[in-house]
Amino acid sequence: MWLFLLRRLGQVIPTLLILSVMVFALQQLMPGDPALILAGEERGDPVVLAQIRAELLLDRPLAEQYLSWIWRVLHGDFGFSWRIHMPVGDLILTKLPVTFQLALMSFVIGVLIGVPCGVLSAVWRDRPIDWVINGIALFGISMPNFWLGIMMILFFSVDLGWLPPSGYVPLWEDPWMSLQTTIMPAFVLGTGVASVLMRHTRAAMLGALSQDYVRTARAKGLGERLVVGKHALRNALIPVVTLGTIEFGRLMAGAVLTEQIFSIPGFGKLVVDAVFNRDYPVVQGVVLATALIFVMLSLVADMLYMAINPRLRTA
Amino acid sequence: MSSTAGSTAIETGESPASRALRRFMAHKLAMFGLIIVVIFVVAAPLAPWLAPFDPLETSWSRLRKPPSLTHLFGTDENGRDVLSRVLYGARASLMAGTIAVGGAVLIGVPVGLVAGLGGKWVDIVISRIADAMLSIPFLILAIALAAFLGPALENAMIAIAISASPIFVRLTRGMALEARNTDWVEAARAMGNPPWRIGLVHVLPNIIPPLLVQATLAIAEAIIAEASLSFLGLGQQPPSPSWGSMLNSAQRFIEGAPWLAVFPGLAIFLVVLAFNLVGDGLRDALDPRSQKR
Repeated sequence: MWLFLLRRLGQVIPTLLILSVMVFALQQLMPGDPALILAGEERGDPVVLAQIRAELLLDRPLAEQYLSWIWRVLHGDFGFSWRIHMPVGDLILTKLPVTFQLALMSFVIGVLIGVPCGVLSAVWRDRPIDWVINGIALFGISMPNFWLGIMMILFFSVDLGWLPPSGYVPLWEDPWMSLQTTIMPAFVLGTGVASVLMRHTRAAMLGALSQDYVRTARAKGLGERLVVGKHALRNALIPVVTLGTIEFGRLMAGAVLTEQIFSIPGFGKLVVDAVFNRDYPVVQGVVLATALIFVMLSLVADMLYMAINPRLRTA
Repeated sequence: MSSTAGSTAIETGESPASRALRRFMAHKLAMFGLIIVVIFVVAAPLAPWLAPFDPLETSWSRLRKPPSLTHLFGTDENGRDVLSRVLYGARASLMAGTIAVGGAVLIGVPVGLVAGLGGKWVDIVISRIADAMLSIPFLILAIALAAFLGPALENAMIAIAISASPIFVRLTRGMALEARNTDWVEAARAMGNPPWRIGLVHVLPNIIPPLLVQATLAIAEAIIAEASLSFLGLGQQPPSPSWGSMLNSAQRFIEGAPWLAVFPGLAIFLVVLAFNLVGDGLRDALDPRSQKR
């Protein structure tokens, strides 16, 4: 097990290194001279421009710029936002709880819908309930998140007036209001997760139900409820747990348009606003942070997989 | 075709391709998806003849009129006919979907073949690069690339193609590694075929079925990505119609003119659903292990 973990780390570290080079290159590719953007009204003054270039090391070779940048990133310094005048690291930290709350709510909705539906459709394979669940999952996968969001605003906010159409209230300020502002986006994101989890749960359950130990359990006269719930489901859930962790990682970053539509001030809105403001250190920081979260969560997924699958522990 | 019932494909001497085609044709949902895809593919180039109005023609006398017999999908905030705009918008979406995925395949498959057949170190380097790209969320990578390239439909397509390519690298690499250890590749190598020939002639044809499935599903994803980029203003530029940018402006008039948001979204949903149905159908039809006849 430790050998496997070590080998896995041996993959993660080069991946992160390449990632850092790509994120650094992204900034080099961005149009516009950073010094001109930063100088603002004083852009005509060559002394000011030279001073800014020297401060940002823009007059140094690329390799030196990269090394100094990665050195600062490793020390938790993600640079300074050009527009909001705040350290990028702090900016990301202020958005993290918002995105985390939304991701967690969406994930819970996704699991609560996806896993039971997957089990039901595997147990009742090729029956009407299987077709219905599969059809709904296909709808969920094909439905563009942002359109579902707009339609939900139309129905629940405009027509029924039940929920506020957009905005966000932090959980610690007013929990009830916070739930009201996040339940629609969480549902929009959750349905996508539910569709994916349902398909995987169904496939894993079908695999488990055809195993010999299930036949043995049935043969010795165990009730169907016990066979499905204890023997098949427990084994089927192993790959689903791994996949769920990865899905959670995607939720932590993939909410770009949903946050935009519901005006939720999380990672997605941060990166889009930064792109339009040409606030490149923020774009860089968010790309790096989301990728880092994703890499870490897939590592966690692997460890969970080993923790719950005893066969891998001895290997 | 029903005469083959009860006998296996080998006994009837049916080729894998015709067997897959027959199974695909028998797949009702997949055929339904294919019909929708064909309708859109035919309608998009014929938009100038099919559209009842000029998609760019504004009129102050018909601002935000609800659907009626003259304007089946209503009119938008500039008095333009929504049905005509949805029809023209199909061009941007389908083009972006197919060209972007075509680009991703053209990048991903050769690189994946090289990784799978090129030896240990080549494989490690390529795999780590693909891992790094895959660890950046798809849409965030596409947004960052599109922002760097500048807002335009062509640039959105390039951004989507690059973002989607590591999936094809990974798929091709995995299949190539698997094929490398088969007897026929071993035989080809023993006969003295150079590596590039083994890759192109012996490995590639065998991995086309899963590639086809993945590409079809990727088109669905690329269409959503194009709509997302256009929604953010990073794709097709106004006044040219695209479903994503139509949804963006529709959001401002959601209270008074909900039809503006309904129809472009419905169009995206239908096309994406259709491609997903075709992809699922292809997967079932092409899977040699499937027991279905």
